[in-house]
Amino acid sequence: MATGNVAVGAPGAGSSAALQTPTSKRIINDFSIQVATVNGSGSQSANLVLLKSIFGMGIPVSGKNLFPSNIAGLPTWYTIRASKQGYVARRREIELLVAMNAETAREDILSLPAGGAAIYDESQNLKQYRDDVICYPVPFDKLTAAVCPEAKLRKLVRNMIYVGVVAQLLAMDLTEVEKAVRRQFAKKQKAADLNWGAIKAGFDYAATSLTKQDPLLLERMHATEGKIIIDGNAAAALGAMFAGVTVVTWYPITPSSSVVESLIDFMKKYRVEPDGKASFAIVQAEDELAAIGMVMGAGWAGARSMTSTSGPGISLMAEFAGLGYFAELPGVIFDIQRVGPSTGMPTRTMQGDLLSIAYLSHGDTKHVMLLPASVAECYQFAMEAFDLTEQLQTPVFVLSDLDIGMNNWMSDPFVYPEKPLQRGKVLSKDDLERLGGFERYKDVDGDAIPYRTLPGTDHPKAAYFTRGSGHNEKALYTERPDDYQNLMERLARKFDTARTMVPAPEVVQTGKSNIGLIAFGSSDFAVRESRDQLLKEYGLETDYMRLRAFPFSPEVQAFVAAHQRVYVIEQNRDGQMLSLLKLDLPAADVTRLRSIRHFDGLPLDARTVTDKLVLQEEI
Amino acid sequence: MATIVGNPPAAPGPKKNRLGLQVLDYRGGKTTLCAGCGHNAISERIVDAMYEMGVAPERVMKLSGIGCSSKTPAYFMSRAHSFNSVHGRMPSVATGALMANHTMMGLGVSGDGDTASIGFGQFAHVMRRNLPLIYIIEDNGVYGLTKGQFSATADLGSTLKTGVINDLPPIDTCVMAVELGATFVGRSFSGDKKQLLAMLKAAIAHRGTVMLDVISPCVTFNDHEGSTKSYKYVQEHEEAVNEVGFVPSFEEISVDYDPGTTYDVEMHDGSHMRLRKLHPDYDPTSRIGAVTALMEAHHQGEVLTGVFYVDTTKPSFTDMLNLVDEPLATLPESRVRPSREVLDQIMKRHQ
Repeated sequence: MATGNVAVGAPGAGSSAALQTPTSKRIINDFSIQVATVNGSGSQSANLVLLKSIFGMGIPVSGKNLFPSNIAGLPTWYTIRASKQGYVARRREIELLVAMNAETAREDILSLPAGGAAIYDESQNLKQYRDDVICYPVPFDKLTAAVCPEAKLRKLVRNMIYVGVVAQLLAMDLTEVEKAVRRQFAKKQKAADLNWGAIKAGFDYAATSLTKQDPLLLERMHATEGKIIIDGNAAAALGAMFAGVTVVTWYPITPSSSVVESLIDFMKKYRVEPDGKASFAIVQAEDELAAIGMVMGAGWAGARSMTSTSGPGISLMAEFAGLGYFAELPGVIFDIQRVGPSTGMPTRTMQGDLLSIAYLSHGDTKHVMLLPASVAECYQFAMEAFDLTEQLQTPVFVLSDLDIGMNNWMSDPFVYPEKPLQRGKVLSKDDLERLGGFERYKDVDGDAIPYRTLPGTDHPKAAYFTRGSGHNEKALYTERPDDYQNLMERLARKFDTARTMVPAPEVVQTGKSNIGLIAFGSSDFAVRESRDQLLKEYGLETDYMRLRAFPFSPEVQAFVAAHQRVYVIEQNRDGQMLSLLKLDLPAADVTRLRSIRHFDGLPLDARTVTDKLVLQEEI
Repeated sequence: MATIVGNPPAAPGPKKNRLGLQVLDYRGGKTTLCAGCGHNAISERIVDAMYEMGVAPERVMKLSGIGCSSKTPAYFMSRAHSFNSVHGRMPSVATGALMANHTMMGLGVSGDGDTASIGFGQFAHVMRRNLPLIYIIEDNGVYGLTKGQFSATADLGSTLKTGVINDLPPIDTCVMAVELGATFVGRSFSGDKKQLLAMLKAAIAHRGTVMLDVISPCVTFNDHEGSTKSYKYVQEHEEAVNEVGFVPSFEEISVDYDPGTTYDVEMHDGSHMRLRKLHPDYDPTSRIGAVTALMEAHHQGEVLTGVFYVDTTKPSFTDMLNLVDEPLATLPESRVRPSREVLDQIMKRHQ
């Protein structure tokens, strides 16, 4: 590995380290940094400064927070991946470790590959565990004390020291680091100065006292210009606001809480009218039963209503989901998936709620699901979901996950919606005047979607009776076999109508391959990278279809039928998407399906996909 | 068609309320409950109260959970939108519906099982929020639709037809409602037309959660000797704390009252509720007094009725949300979708 046993340059000389590393050994803009800290120690700010500094240098970057279900004291890891190719999936390999947590330091350094580098507190003798790792001991306490006279702040400021050390070692552009830290503490000048001081102290220390031995470097690129960094939950909240949501209910649950917390911030800022009154209502419900009950009540009364939850909340919402399907009520439910079953691992990610949501509730029930695969789609599908739920008059679920929802992602800026709000088939007083009345559950247009009225419509024939019990076209109670069967058949036809309205899959067809890949949601990042690996390392061309919704659009069957072997890649144990496809596809196509599953709670990485596919292809 | 010759005496037209509507306009479908069921009497009183108060049926949302009680919205006010939801969850549906359209009147009908067992959580929280909702419990102490099991409001020692004795204490929904924050709490009896009608009219005039527990005997499963929710038992043990009178805002007050013997409560719409004291020391503005009186009545085996507590000053849930005047449900796109500039501004902040 790196042997450039040369002192790094003078303080402030941003690119001096680069000059000291032999050109042939350099690894530029293509490696991962892992920061191991203690939960609750304020390291999140330091990590964000690091992430945004790299972003500011124009280098494609992604950050993943691997945190415990705990307020303070347990280990947490933050991984930053710089990738000149623009890959943002998780990578298993770590090149640079910042070991700030004494408790996990031994395990952390043992997990580094040979030739990796580690920054750690000088009091820890981590060198004893690895002689094949480059060690950068740093006197964190001494450096912190020098820049932070206030003892109680030192725990927080200490983390900024490593930002400076990393910046020096990787030859980062210090002006970008300063920009990032000043933005991080934009409203607190004093805190910004203090933290910037700590960064400089770390930077200067590394310059004078550490010898650059690793090959890792960051060099300015221009790949992030105009791009934004945002987490999926904030993106979903933005989508909901621009979709014109008016009633929002929630019950706090990891990893979904920040959807509504972000939304509260946005709405307070942008949806309060000049007279100080709100064009929205947000309520923290007593549980998820009430949260979705309120959504259904509000949707029935005509509002664009939503809630956001995660797996355990979905389980509780089953009863109302069935009512929503049967009584044909609109409402949007965001599910930020985490690891189940039961409490599972609340701070780990999974695509594990597909099957339970697709058929959530007893009886013959089916639900529309949207499957965003990026922060941009969290935003876009939030808007789609509100249109679809009112057009189809049925609950619509948006399945994000912890990885997309709680991590920061680069994205192109979100696009302002051109399409006006689609409010569906609602009859006004004038319509009723003209028609002389209406039948709530009658298929007038042949698309199986009936017309509704809203409470408050000032017409004696506007009212109808909404119920979860058997009902006929006039919304009257019935137990007649033909009434029930007609209703259920119409609901099935309505689901077929939904196939043509939901976002169609994204298909990459090379025309050169017998092998198709199917994935959805956050698996997309890894699958894209894996396709490149398969081509580069094995010469294997693959076609790719990214599913974006359930029920499946007609394109899905066409894609499967066009390939000999189709790998369904997903993040759960039981192949839940595979099951949904098997139920939907003709028997001849089902035999083409293979399965690649990943379910350890960590985001899917490309190497896992590549290895599992190569194994099944017997290459 | 007969030709009218001369001037016959003007036939008295059908009686109409201040909106020009007849009582017929407030009726619902034919009841499918048992003959003599207390719930039917309550439905009739709701029709009377809404008619007499001149509430436009189109301005009312009727909501219910599951059970015999929750079927009743089908039997009154067909011209009002209605939502028969799921068991014990009417409060959340009502909360959502009233947030979507806070200009509507909310009328929730529940039962003792729907409220005090499966729906106890939602009951507690809707009281706590003081949602502007009239919440009626049609309370008979048993599960009717599943053929007569005890509910959680059944009194200790009360017996089923089969002789099974209830060995758990009852939940007093009025005590709970007062404790949890409802701003109008009372108990009545389906057999007491006058009291129930006056209370319902006052409820319509109130803004905030009105919780009325109406004892409504189940003639099929809980009207026997040994039941404490039978017609006979309630008639023999009813003890009213006050006599409820009501003067609507649109009628002139013609009768003076004696502040020594009567509480006059001015309601949100300018109506007056007159509570003539039957218990000399009873103060309907004291939560502690209400809870104490209810607990004492339990101890003495009495069925306490009347308006136990009223507070017309506490803001309702939808008031606290500080909503725009119009219903949220039908706000135009221009008021619910921020501008392109707003999105640009947010995007810049994330760069």
